[in-house]
Amino acid sequence: MASIAQDVPARVRPKLGRDDWAMRGLIIAIGLYLVVTLALPLYAMMSKSFEIYAFQPDRIEFQVDEGQGWGPVINALERGEELGVLSRDDLITTADGRMQATRFFPDFSFLAETRYRIRNTQPTKGGFMIRGEQVTHDEWVEYSSADFRRVTLRPAQSKGLGNYLTYFSTPALFSSIENSLMIAVISTVVTVTLAFGFAYAMTRSCMRFKGAFKMIAMVPILVPSLLPGIALVYLFGKQSLVLKVLEWLFGAEAILPLWQTLVQGGYGPTAIYGPIGIVIASVFFTFPHALLIIMTALAIADARLYEAATALRAPKPRIFWTVTLPGARYGLISAAFVVFNLVITDFGVPKVIGGQYNVLAVDIYKQVIGQQNFQMGAVVSVVLLIPALIAFTVDRMVQKKQVALLSARAVPYEPIPNRRFDWLMFGYCGVVAAFILGVLAVCQYAAVIKFWPYDLTFSLKNYNFDVMDGGGWEAYGNSIRMALYTGVIGTGLVFLGAYLVEKGRGFGPGRTMFQFLAMMPMAIPGMVLGLAYIFFFNDPANPLNAIYGTMAILVICTVTHFYTVAHLTAVTALKQMDPEFEAVSQSLKQPFYRTFSRVTVPVCLPAILDISIYLFVNAMTTVSAVVFLYSPDTALASVAVLNMDDAGDVAPAAAMGMMIFYTNALVRIVHAGGTRYLFGRTQAWRTR
Amino acid sequence: MFASGDQMSIAETTAGRGGVVGEATPPATAATERPYLRIDRLSKMFGTFRALDDISLTVFEGEFICFLGPSGCGKTTLLRAIAGLDIQSAGRIEQAGRDISALPPAERDFGIVFQSYALFPNLTVAKNVAYGLENRKVPRREIDARVKELLKLVGLGDQGTKHPSQLSGGQQQRVALARAIATSPGLLLLDEPLSALDAKVRVHLRHEIRSLQQRLGLTTIMVTHDQEEALTMADRIVVMNHGVIEQVGPPIEIYRRPATAFVADFIGTMNFVPGVVEGPGRVRVGQVLLNCDMAEEAAGAEVTVAIRPEDIVVHDVRPDEENTFEASLGEMEFLGSFYRSELSDPALGRANLLADLSINRVRGMGLESGGRYRVKIPKQRIRIYPRDTQNG
Repeated sequence: MASIAQDVPARVRPKLGRDDWAMRGLIIAIGLYLVVTLALPLYAMMSKSFEIYAFQPDRIEFQVDEGQGWGPVINALERGEELGVLSRDDLITTADGRMQATRFFPDFSFLAETRYRIRNTQPTKGGFMIRGEQVTHDEWVEYSSADFRRVTLRPAQSKGLGNYLTYFSTPALFSSIENSLMIAVISTVVTVTLAFGFAYAMTRSCMRFKGAFKMIAMVPILVPSLLPGIALVYLFGKQSLVLKVLEWLFGAEAILPLWQTLVQGGYGPTAIYGPIGIVIASVFFTFPHALLIIMTALAIADARLYEAATALRAPKPRIFWTVTLPGARYGLISAAFVVFNLVITDFGVPKVIGGQYNVLAVDIYKQVIGQQNFQMGAVVSVVLLIPALIAFTVDRMVQKKQVALLSARAVPYEPIPNRRFDWLMFGYCGVVAAFILGVLAVCQYAAVIKFWPYDLTFSLKNYNFDVMDGGGWEAYGNSIRMALYTGVIGTGLVFLGAYLVEKGRGFGPGRTMFQFLAMMPMAIPGMVLGLAYIFFFNDPANPLNAIYGTMAILVICTVTHFYTVAHLTAVTALKQMDPEFEAVSQSLKQPFYRTFSRVTVPVCLPAILDISIYLFVNAMTTVSAVVFLYSPDTALASVAVLNMDDAGDVAPAAAMGMMIFYTNALVRIVHAGGTRYLFGRTQAWRTR
Repeated sequence: MFASGDQMSIAETTAGRGGVVGEATPPATAATERPYLRIDRLSKMFGTFRALDDISLTVFEGEFICFLGPSGCGKTTLLRAIAGLDIQSAGRIEQAGRDISALPPAERDFGIVFQSYALFPNLTVAKNVAYGLENRKVPRREIDARVKELLKLVGLGDQGTKHPSQLSGGQQQRVALARAIATSPGLLLLDEPLSALDAKVRVHLRHEIRSLQQRLGLTTIMVTHDQEEALTMADRIVVMNHGVIEQVGPPIEIYRRPATAFVADFIGTMNFVPGVVEGPGRVRVGQVLLNCDMAEEAAGAEVTVAIRPEDIVVHDVRPDEENTFEASLGEMEFLGSFYRSELSDPALGRANLLADLSINRVRGMGLESGGRYRVKIPKQRIRIYPRDTQNG
């Protein structure tokens, strides 16, 4: 076989055409966008988590002149320990740490005539500071006692594992890991089970109103994850709506003792503030995600397997365990990891209803916003990245196998009507749908009454957002603007990127690299991304610093945050196109952008609209990443929900949350209409 | 030939190729003797897999060439290398005297038709055909005229306003063909163009493509795994296997004188029986001695003897003729226009021979399963191959 190598012909180096150069340039440009908006910020965050700030009193020396000339040189560390005013723990601090120089002189009085000298022996960072000016050189500086009281020691920065050591030796911090994992696991089990039942009803029964049920099941996607939390507060909180209804039904004497044992025992004033509440709300907002995946897995079932099993006289339960479940196993695993990831990285639910129950995502927020401890925020982010990365990796591996199943030529399964079974399934779906709509109804009800539970008259005062914390109606306007920019710019960027990577010629390493970059955002929790942006873009040395605090950074962050799913949608649509379109165009000597605009975009228009809707809806509801990045001028509706809820304006928070829902629902309806119109108009060539 | 931006006069370019489009000109005798495409020592590696192994081939102007072989033999890889879609790892391709080895597809001169048609679904038939004509500063009027002419040429004159999905598979493939030749390329590449079509349509379109190619005098390379297609359409067939060329030649030559056992087995049906060379032009199968034109191997060499089933003669066989022997007829398998049966005899040893017997002959001679008949194998029809190269 192998030819005997005498004069082997020279290797051919393909010459690149104009198209190849343009496409490579564009891939590199979009790749660079992802590097700058994802990889570099993450790197900045990683290195931040290793930054340690500590006071360096061993480098500071004092001299005192009490009117008899300069006394002996005093080392600050030695003196501090000698006098017992300084312990090792006092040395660890944050970037903004300050230590009063007078701490080393317990008898200090700023009225005394004493003069002080201070010197930083090692001219590195750290040193000391007075009136905002930092001194790092190693010359003596002299102060009157009136000035000396303003001198503060500054910490020096170094790299090390110190922050991690602190994290893992502080039970209040690392106990969140266990909490987060437990919440995520329980929510996953509950959601996947419920969603499987729902998906089973949708694909295996002949119940009525399937369309309506599916629509209702998708509703949670349209609301911020804060909203179910708020609804639970109303339903089971201190002024429980459920309790009021029960009292009205059975009388307070009958119901109150039972309520107090069941609901108000356990975790404090009401059990709903804590893990139970987090799990219920998490199940609510992750339900549609799990449902979509499991429904797809069940829908691809092969009817022939069922026919064979029935012909072999297998009883129904046996068919379920031997055919249905194994067929959907990849879908179930994939759904489980997606839900796990969503729950463990979610910030809205535990923020609203978590009470004292700490989880990782909220810890990041608390460290950064509450305590301004950015290094510790970075540490928690890195800790949160680990389970998110594992869940992401497993999901990707499983998804690949699911695709392999899909390509098999199967006969689609058609359910057979069965009165009892169909009604049973209808009842089940009815309960789930009622719960979902109930959550919305409670929020809407709370939003339009004056003051629960004391004044139940109708009022729109809760919509007067401008008098409340959070940014007012302007925030709502900002959100819509942000969502529109994200939808338009994001869709363009994502689709072009996917096109180049799918249909480009050659440039293998570049395209592989790009694929990897495009997959990364999915593994990065929103809180982590937002915090990483602070570290990267808020650095004055960064030339992109100018976008910090603007609408641009919110749009960029949101596009990057939701890049992966949009990219995968685009890739799927592009893969369905004939791979030879590009070859034909090249043979006809047409530039790639002409084929792209005249053929690719029109044919993929439904997918492009899907992507833009996905980005719009998520931009409207997202809280996690943008909560670190908005400025007073760019407050967002979803963040306003959070802030109003935080400030105790729960009803206005619910009102704003419902505004987001109505906006998203409207956009969805317009999208559905637009798609239908599009299919009608292009019926001539779309054979579907 | 047409760098983008080239001014193009349709009348000129088509006339220059020796055929006025649309008019009924007598089919030109296919190929000329002028080399048009020279492929020199081409290799293509996919990782460590050698998809093309040192391929050299010359295609003449106006010739219709078929790359034929089983799937994975490298025929499509070779076509894509010629198109510049997957450029070869090593070796040289020259088209009309120009070295195109490393050029991207857009800088080469060819039209291409794929099995999937690859018609743009959102554009009408006319717009599809016009696609390559636009963007070249050709006046709209000329483009419209050219599109009309092309559609008429492929027999779809009145279908211009339809979308591809409204046409049948055969019609779609004609549109693809019209689009590929719209820019008057010097070379037409067809990648299994008929494989996705129904058998009847396929046979019909075969003739149309062939006669169109002859009228335009267009150098054409077609990839196919269908031997019938290759035999009926090609001026010359290139039989490929495992990334190398097994044989190049006119269809009749490929069929009658397959150069290797692989070609003999791949094209048509072939009996392969073990034999031993007895001397120059003499070979023994079992106890039966056969004269043949080949067998240059030394006496005693073990060889494979190849005989086509349709070459076995049962009628008018006189006992004194050479290469005759008696054999019994096995089960008669009815295959439409003929019966296929198996001949066996103790003298042949274990070497049973398939024979194709025409319906008329069976009826006329009253041939029956189980009967014994005298058969003859014409000397010039016997092929001899070295034993170790037999793949079949």
